[in-house]
Amino acid sequence: MAAITLLEGVNMAIDHEMARDINVVALGQDVGKSGGVFRATDGLYKKYGENRVLDTPLAESLIVGLSVGMASQQMRPIAEIQFMGFIFPSFNQIATAAARMRNRTRGRITLPMVIRMPYGGGIHAPEHHSESTEALLAHLPGIKVVVPSTPERAYGLLLAAIRDPDPVIFLEPKRIYRAVKQEVEDNGEAYPLESCFIDREGTDITLVSWGAMMQETLKAADLMEKEGVSCEVIDLVTLNPIDIPTIVESVEKTGRCIIIHEATRAGGLGSEIAAELSEKALLSLYAPIGRVTGYDTIVPYPKSEHYFMPDKDRIVDEIRKAMEYH
Amino acid sequence: MIKPVAKQANKNANLRQTGIDAATKVVANFSIRSVQYLDENANIVHDLPMFAEDSAELLKLFRTMLLLHHFDRKVLMLHRTGKIGTYPGTLGQEAVGVGMASALTDDDILVPYYRSVTDLYVRGVRLHEVLAFWIGDERGLDFKDPRARNDLPLPICISSQIPHAAGVANAIRIRGQKNRAVLTAIGDGGTSEGDFYEGLNCAGTWKLPLVIVINNNRWALTEPNKCQTACQTLAQKAIAGGFEGIQVDGNDVIAVRATVDEALQKARAGGGPTLIEALTYRLCAHTTIDNLERYVDKEEYDQAWQKEPLIRLRKLLQVREVLDEASETRMLNEIKEEIEHEVELALSLPLQPPEAIFDYLYAELPERQQAQRAEVSARWRKN
Repeated sequence: MAAITLLEGVNMAIDHEMARDINVVALGQDVGKSGGVFRATDGLYKKYGENRVLDTPLAESLIVGLSVGMASQQMRPIAEIQFMGFIFPSFNQIATAAARMRNRTRGRITLPMVIRMPYGGGIHAPEHHSESTEALLAHLPGIKVVVPSTPERAYGLLLAAIRDPDPVIFLEPKRIYRAVKQEVEDNGEAYPLESCFIDREGTDITLVSWGAMMQETLKAADLMEKEGVSCEVIDLVTLNPIDIPTIVESVEKTGRCIIIHEATRAGGLGSEIAAELSEKALLSLYAPIGRVTGYDTIVPYPKSEHYFMPDKDRIVDEIRKAMEYH
Repeated sequence: MIKPVAKQANKNANLRQTGIDAATKVVANFSIRSVQYLDENANIVHDLPMFAEDSAELLKLFRTMLLLHHFDRKVLMLHRTGKIGTYPGTLGQEAVGVGMASALTDDDILVPYYRSVTDLYVRGVRLHEVLAFWIGDERGLDFKDPRARNDLPLPICISSQIPHAAGVANAIRIRGQKNRAVLTAIGDGGTSEGDFYEGLNCAGTWKLPLVIVINNNRWALTEPNKCQTACQTLAQKAIAGGFEGIQVDGNDVIAVRATVDEALQKARAGGGPTLIEALTYRLCAHTTIDNLERYVDKEEYDQAWQKEPLIRLRKLLQVREVLDEASETRMLNEIKEEIEHEVELALSLPLQPPEAIFDYLYAELPERQQAQRAEVSARWRKN
């Protein structure tokens, strides 16, 4: 079994499902012959041909709208939006068609479709290539939103997304596309799309994060371990629905919680988790719930990005603040 | 039957002043043709297509158009008496929807737009279903007729259906199904939207089995065509997609059906998409809550009534002696009975259970909504 990157995990999952189910097709700008700008669909065009790995016209609304139409006829399209910053032309199709088709036809037409896209900063890319606007998507009922943080999870979660009977938005943290390698078996085993992962058990504080921020969160947990603080680290994985019961159970044990995300703070998913905890775990808390997030600014261009981006030091500071409460 | 209505100018007069004119050559040309069989005075201006020789078939089209004409008036009455809210009418445009949908086979797929009651009716969707949707009940889009089970629901968003139709057509193309095509519709205002161009462009690029009908009823809510485009025709927008656009007299149901029929046959045979602009006139307001007197010229409106599609077809059927005053009255009585029945069905539809607001969000309801569902259930089932 070879060690693979998160990107290769994505590729392996698409390949696995395309081999298994003739209705699965991949589409998007550049996904065909070139295998996508990040190479997520590398080799698939050659293997499955131009009718199943489609180079589309460059039009995001079309790409999602086509997928809606194809899925309405029981195909399973996997659409790629090249960068999350370019999703806005297709937002209408996501919100008014993809998310609502099952509901507005009382289940007559359902849409088994995936919209994948790289998201997040940290790769010194131009404007609109570094955004984390997952909260805008996770807010919509009728779709699911999923974010892997490891190669193995990318594989298992994308399998689940492709097999899911409803639209799934699959966000790929491009900063760690090639950062970590892991041995992953191509065994076709999918993860559920409603459960988070407890990556490290601890007793003093619960850290909740997702995507590329999991790396920084784990580093901060390592540092605090040396100071004698035992951190429980949760990889949220699904942003809609959110596995609130697992987080509540963890916080009932630790009494402290910090939520770490790259996205801007106000109205971010950290707010939602904090609100749920205040409703369901208030009496277990020793300290105020903390958030380490991007600031409420336009995501700075690459030269200033480090001022904005949460990192292990900011997380450590926040943990220390929480640990002052007993 | 076909006459040119738009031609690209070969030379642009403005270029002459810049001096580059002599250095130019024509690299592309287009012309747009227009189809008509039956003019507004019921003159047959060209040999009729085969189906139109069959008077029984024409009588069926007439009956359907008459029914939808009266349904539209009935719905307006229901609005005036406070029984329904917003409803987009099809008065005067019956030949477009009825003509286009009557060219479909059961294997084809219809992707309607919000003003599609006429084509949906031909497809087997019942009037009470469409009415239920507009009254505010999602069950109206759960079309029950087997022919319409795979047809998309009518969208409210303008033009979003065009990429969907391209996607359905692409599924047919990928699966290599030779006997099927997709028919979709859009209003004249919809042709200003980005989704329209994106869908058109893709349909041409992939040679999709797709026919797009523009119901050019001259009004995008309160705006006339000239507020939407500088183009002579909307049909010529197909040129940007790299395929044929054709105009048809949208008040001539024979022309609409013949043109759509031919385009669908071409699509099923792998010949690619066609854009058809059906020229008609919206004799009703945009919706029941709009007032067309604020923006429509009275004289133009009165003239449009003289050209509405039932008049000429009625004359033809009378000449062929398959329709007279007495038989039309009998027909009308039957029609009114059906309309009353459908309206009654829609208005008497029992409310959905409160839990139903949750029951079609996902195949399996997530835990969060399960709790909310229980809350709604407890609250509304207290008594």
